[in-house]
Amino acid sequence: MLKKFLPHPMLTPTLLVVWLALVNKVTPGNVLLGLIIGIVIPAMTRPYWPDRPTVHRPLKVIEYILIVIWDIVVANVEVALIILFKRNPDIHSHWVCVPLELTSPEAITVLAGTITMTPGTVSATLAADGGSILVHCLHTDDPDDIRASIKSRYEGRLKEIFQ
Amino acid sequence: MPLIAEILIAFFLVVGGVFGLVGSFGMLKLRDTMQRLHAPTKATTLGVGGVLIASMIYFYVDTGKISFHELLITLFLFLTAPITANFIAKTYMQAHIRPEDLPGSERDYGWSLYSDPPGDRDEQDQ
Repeated sequence: MLKKFLPHPMLTPTLLVVWLALVNKVTPGNVLLGLIIGIVIPAMTRPYWPDRPTVHRPLKVIEYILIVIWDIVVANVEVALIILFKRNPDIHSHWVCVPLELTSPEAITVLAGTITMTPGTVSATLAADGGSILVHCLHTDDPDDIRASIKSRYEGRLKEIFQ
Repeated sequence: MPLIAEILIAFFLVVGGVFGLVGSFGMLKLRDTMQRLHAPTKATTLGVGGVLIASMIYFYVDTGKISFHELLITLFLFLTAPITANFIAKTYMQAHIRPEDLPGSERDYGWSLYSDPPGDRDEQDQ
């Protein structure tokens, strides 16, 4: 019964918080409206989102977000330095194939997004069976190093969170 | 407005402006589309981020209230930027890159841009 009305229990509070932040004012009316939105949207989009991703260790999520924000700042500076100070012939771009141990679609989506936002890498496409991800590196002399750092820094943590 | 707040706001605006400029310059300078994708997905994130932090400080000092809109813009940016980059990358690869130019997928199936996912063929046969 509860599952029918709240197919994604975490989505309702998330939508409520986003709604309150959007209107920028916390009043009883806004909370009520936010709750209605938080219940109606998950119910309406349920057919497109059949599985419920399970988050096992919520504290790890915060750790992951902080690590990614820090990496984004580092990535920005690194890419800016490459753009400004490397001559074009010195920029060695590589395609890197990263085999995945993650299986849940949500976890892979988060990983792909993280890869795009962080140091010198853009995720391009997945293998047809979802078993590995193709990553484009702006500049690296050691593609294996990139693969190892993606696996240990992000995939390991996502595995703890989602599986 | 206290001087320290003005200095902070100015600092974040300048940082944001510099990164935005570098990101746009990267679009001009880099050689092919895959390389150019790196400039807007990264350098520009900090560009927008700097302006948003400056905006939060300004409204906090000016009105005494914390504004959540900047956090939301950050959230939406983090959701949309990787997806846009992924779409551009896929479109470009479809048109300009042959599967032979890419490393293998180390799986039984090739990259999803060029090969069918497992199960598709079985369904067509039935």
